[in-house]
Amino acid sequence: MSVLFFAENIEGKFHKPVFEALTYASDVATKLNTNVIAISLGTVDVEELKKLSSYGVNKVLNVADAKYNTFNSAMYASVLQLAIEKEMADLVIMSSTFNAKSLAPRLSAKINAGLVTNAIELPDINNGFTIKKPVYSGKGFGLFRIATDKKIVTVAINSYHVTGGNEGNAITEDWAPQVNDTGLNIKVLETIRQKGKISLPEAEIVVSGGRGMKGPENWGMIEELADILGAATACSKPVADVGWRPHSEHVGQTGLTISPDLYIAIGISGAIQHLAGVSGSKVIVAINKDPEAPFFKAADYGIVGDAFEVLPKLIEAAKKIKAHA
Amino acid sequence: MKILLCASKTPDTTTKIIFSADKKYIDATGVQFILNPYDDHALARAMDLKEKFNSHLTVIHVGDSTVEPILRRCLAIGADEAVRVNADAADAYSVASQIASAIKGENFDLILTGRESIDFNGSQVSDMLGELLGIPSVSFVSEFEIDGNTKTLRRFIDGGEERLSVDGPLIISAAKELAEPRIPNMRGIMQSRTKPIKVVESNGIKPLVELIELLAPDKKTSCVYIDLADAANLIEILHTKEKLI
Repeated sequence: MSVLFFAENIEGKFHKPVFEALTYASDVATKLNTNVIAISLGTVDVEELKKLSSYGVNKVLNVADAKYNTFNSAMYASVLQLAIEKEMADLVIMSSTFNAKSLAPRLSAKINAGLVTNAIELPDINNGFTIKKPVYSGKGFGLFRIATDKKIVTVAINSYHVTGGNEGNAITEDWAPQVNDTGLNIKVLETIRQKGKISLPEAEIVVSGGRGMKGPENWGMIEELADILGAATACSKPVADVGWRPHSEHVGQTGLTISPDLYIAIGISGAIQHLAGVSGSKVIVAINKDPEAPFFKAADYGIVGDAFEVLPKLIEAAKKIKAHA
Repeated sequence: MKILLCASKTPDTTTKIIFSADKKYIDATGVQFILNPYDDHALARAMDLKEKFNSHLTVIHVGDSTVEPILRRCLAIGADEAVRVNADAADAYSVASQIASAIKGENFDLILTGRESIDFNGSQVSDMLGELLGIPSVSFVSEFEIDGNTKTLRRFIDGGEERLSVDGPLIISAAKELAEPRIPNMRGIMQSRTKPIKVVESNGIKPLVELIELLAPDKKTSCVYIDLADAANLIEILHTKEKLI
């Protein structure tokens, strides 16, 4: 038995969520006294594959066929099924990326393996195999037991800290699985990636604005503070609904759920639906001119004041700190 | 064309979540249940397509009869019929399996779900159902068009979006960008009363995953207030004490 880790690349590179989930996989393998075998699909160069080696991976299965350069959940699931058989893996771990959230359920139904998505803690193996994950969009947590012999876990982004990075000496095995699956008639026509922007789910710091910002023309201050801090920008639902900001920035129960290290909410009252999407943040700062705003109850730090008075002070102070860094 | 919408019942988004005594569910006292918001977006797109292609739209739900007002609302918005599988929605796999059994031999051209339910946030049913039916599944879909036998769509990926085309039957999960939810009108509400809700019995599937208990979030310690005049101190605290910036 072993742990199979799906090392997903984006255009040939591994990103932070992969290393978080790999750290998790490696810690689970230690608990279970077994090995981690990573599998990579599509074209990834040797130097990049080597990075996996330094997080406790024993072997890397390199399925380099270029037909895997675009994601296809059905075809990927077929490859993973063969890898599970080949390596006699009982547990499959991956990050909770968009692609993995399609792949993991397909694989689960294919091999009858119980699946828990968005795990935030290591499994408790003394009590069956139970895993904690957020439910009700962050308003609570659930403990789930996977009852099947084969198990699949996806690890929530930004919830498990990357450790490792030591020299490793995993062997790389080039592998060409015989997959009959044609990919079920799906063709990728175009991939559109936003360049140079920090992806909101992965961001460690998020600066977010609400209706208290009065209008889209005032977002320059939010963006400036975010730029200085190396943060992503976000917004509340009403702001996205009136079109001040794109829907892709909306965090909350019906938007993105994020768990950055630092969430700075400016001019957001803190409705329960909004708090649901950000309650996994490690430190929350609320800035609001209404001292009764519910956000203060969920915040670690608060400033009661108008956004237009507070923001320039924060920007100035942040500039100073970054200048000394 | 035949379209199927998979409908999930969830507490209203404004619900303050209090768990039941056995910690297996929420305390439903005074809680308003609604169609899962993402399913509402999926339903709206399904209605656009139904009207454009003069299709037949079925809504399916796995669960007990308390869902009926939600199914009636779907019928009032314009779905032609509803099916309820009288089974416990114990985990995503049971839901997918029950739906697959209930629609066996029906050959839907398009199946829609929401990207996730706002209670357990699993994002699993859609792709599981695709696998069980042996048809392609595309999740987190923000745009969807049909041209003859070819469907073109746009889906979210990490750091961007992807455009795809798919031939033949397909299951998609809807992001909220897919369509604006609809509101039933009086005529729809009147008509919905005579539309059928068919009840199908369980296929007896066992869940793969079991909920042990629900846990309340940790209580935050109280908020540390910083005076407006000293706002700059916040940055200092985040830098030196919290070491976050």
